[in-house]
Amino acid sequence: MRRNLLEFWRTFSRNKLGLLGGFLVLTAILAAVFAPALTPHQPTDVMRGANGRGLTFSPPSVHGPLGTDDAGRDIWTELIYGARVSLTVGFTAGFIAMFVGSLFGITAGYFGGWIDNLLMRVTDVLLVIPDLPLMLVLVATLRQMNLHVSPLLIIILVIGLLYWTSTARLIRSQVLTIKERQFVSRARAIGAGHGHIIRKHVLPQIMPLIVANTVLTISTAILVESGLAFLGLGDPTKPSWGTMLNFAFDRNAVTNGAWWFYLPPGLAIVWVSLGCILLGNVLEEMLNPRLTTHHLEGDENMIAIPAPGAK
Amino acid sequence: MSERRPATAGSVEGPILSVRHLTTEFVPPKGTQGKAARALEDVSFDVMPSQTVGLVGESGCGKTTTLMSVMRLLPSTGRITSGQVNFKGKDLLAIDEREMRKVRWKEMAIVFQGAMNALNPVMKIGVQISEAIILHDMMDRDAAEKRVDQLLEMVGIPRTRRDQYPHQYSGGMRQRAMIAMALACSPDVLFADEPTTALDVMIQAQVLELLRDIQKALGLAIVLVTHDLGVVAEVCDSVVVMYGGKVAEYGSADQIYNHAQHPYTQRLLASFPDVNSPTTQLASIPGTPPRLTDLPGGCRFHPRCDVKLAKCSEVIPPLISISEDHYAACHLLCQGQEARF
Repeated sequence: MRRNLLEFWRTFSRNKLGLLGGFLVLTAILAAVFAPALTPHQPTDVMRGANGRGLTFSPPSVHGPLGTDDAGRDIWTELIYGARVSLTVGFTAGFIAMFVGSLFGITAGYFGGWIDNLLMRVTDVLLVIPDLPLMLVLVATLRQMNLHVSPLLIIILVIGLLYWTSTARLIRSQVLTIKERQFVSRARAIGAGHGHIIRKHVLPQIMPLIVANTVLTISTAILVESGLAFLGLGDPTKPSWGTMLNFAFDRNAVTNGAWWFYLPPGLAIVWVSLGCILLGNVLEEMLNPRLTTHHLEGDENMIAIPAPGAK
Repeated sequence: MSERRPATAGSVEGPILSVRHLTTEFVPPKGTQGKAARALEDVSFDVMPSQTVGLVGESGCGKTTTLMSVMRLLPSTGRITSGQVNFKGKDLLAIDEREMRKVRWKEMAIVFQGAMNALNPVMKIGVQISEAIILHDMMDRDAAEKRVDQLLEMVGIPRTRRDQYPHQYSGGMRQRAMIAMALACSPDVLFADEPTTALDVMIQAQVLELLRDIQKALGLAIVLVTHDLGVVAEVCDSVVVMYGGKVAEYGSADQIYNHAQHPYTQRLLASFPDVNSPTTQLASIPGTPPRLTDLPGGCRFHPRCDVKLAKCSEVIPPLISISEDHYAACHLLCQGQEARF
């Protein structure tokens, strides 16, 4: 196990883009986890100048490191506390979407027939409804129903339960090709049942796809949450990056030239999304045993090893 | 391998597997155009314990379909419409799927055509070999590991390569690994579906030798599907010649090779090169095998037959007994009595 991890890290660290992606995602997660240690303020604290007046729309040169917003709150503090909300929503919604999508995709692809038809028609229906209006309606109505659940949970569930469709189709198509492969009929010939075949033969084949897609779906979920929050559907008591953007535009940050108000949350979203996408691509490459090369290593007489430092 | 009975015990027993009047059809999926294809019709043959039966014939004559019908592993469009498969006193076509799953691999195993495709590319060879053992709860994990080592040794693969993936194996090694896999649960009958195709001649010989050694050591019955008559002559005790989904001729290797009765068998034998007269042009059978969706009436071989009679295109010739355990389905053989099947 230790050796495998070490080998994994060695392959991973060779890939520069993957390292960059990992760095981007990891810094965002660390900032979110250690938010209280990274700032002396609370996100709701109002910054005051030497004369005791609130610092509104102060540029980074007046109040560091990122200035203040219209109410005098510290942007940096808001940003790292907002990371907690954005990442929580992104990760949980992403995992829910992947779980539902994989379940639908594997079941439909493997069993085929009327099960496939039923599940795929459900998928089609969800696919043809425009996402954004549907989510707006769902989030708005669910909020008004006084369900006594946190608005954030509603957003997580709505994103998670709507964004699995493309995953389901992707995985279904992959399962369709795998189940026709001869090693699946060999597994049947061995006397294996459906559960065993799915667990031992289908799942390992699509696992790289699932893992890579999870990371990509997380980035989609973060973007969608930002979109919803930007449109005013976020939880105002727990501001995410999208909520910050929403505030910035509501309070005329653009016309006031307060770029330090809207650029940081926007760049933070780009930071994490880019990280997820880079990481997703590299993970797929690495977890797919058919694409690995490390089996060629250690057998020096089989391949020519380039001199150290040679490109 | 002490749990096996000695190879000689089989001579007094009856057949371990007897296929009777097996008829299999492929129906086009619902909503699509096309006719049902009759891939097998009235196929009967016996497999004696610790003997090798060869199934020969051109491509598309139903060799593989016969194996898949017996194992009940036909694709969803395939349907066994009639017949019996008697194996150790039970009819495999009558038992339910759950019971059938227990029979598969434990009692009859198969070496698939094209070992690369039949191996899971993302699973280590050792794990794939032990899969069946663990699945059938034959032994615990440690014992299974030992068994894998033993099986690999039997097929001549170094133990150190147990934890490698199929793509790290050569073609011949993959085929050996497939054979090791088939032997994992000590089956009584081994089906080998063209085990030597896509291998070069040297490796072919090695694989055949391996099969023969294993048969000698374990005393299992082998059903060998091939279109290579040279292979059949080398390893088979009895031979089933198939044409267009039907049995054309069935007999011992000697009867088929030296006393072939069916015109198809004769033409097939004539179309193989003879080492002693390398200069003669090889004979071939004109025409192509029949389309299974559009079978000719009467004898299926009559459109290509050069000795056909008038009734060949009208009446289906029954399988006629020529001598003991030698049968052929041809109208030219009118003197024999109908087969006892």
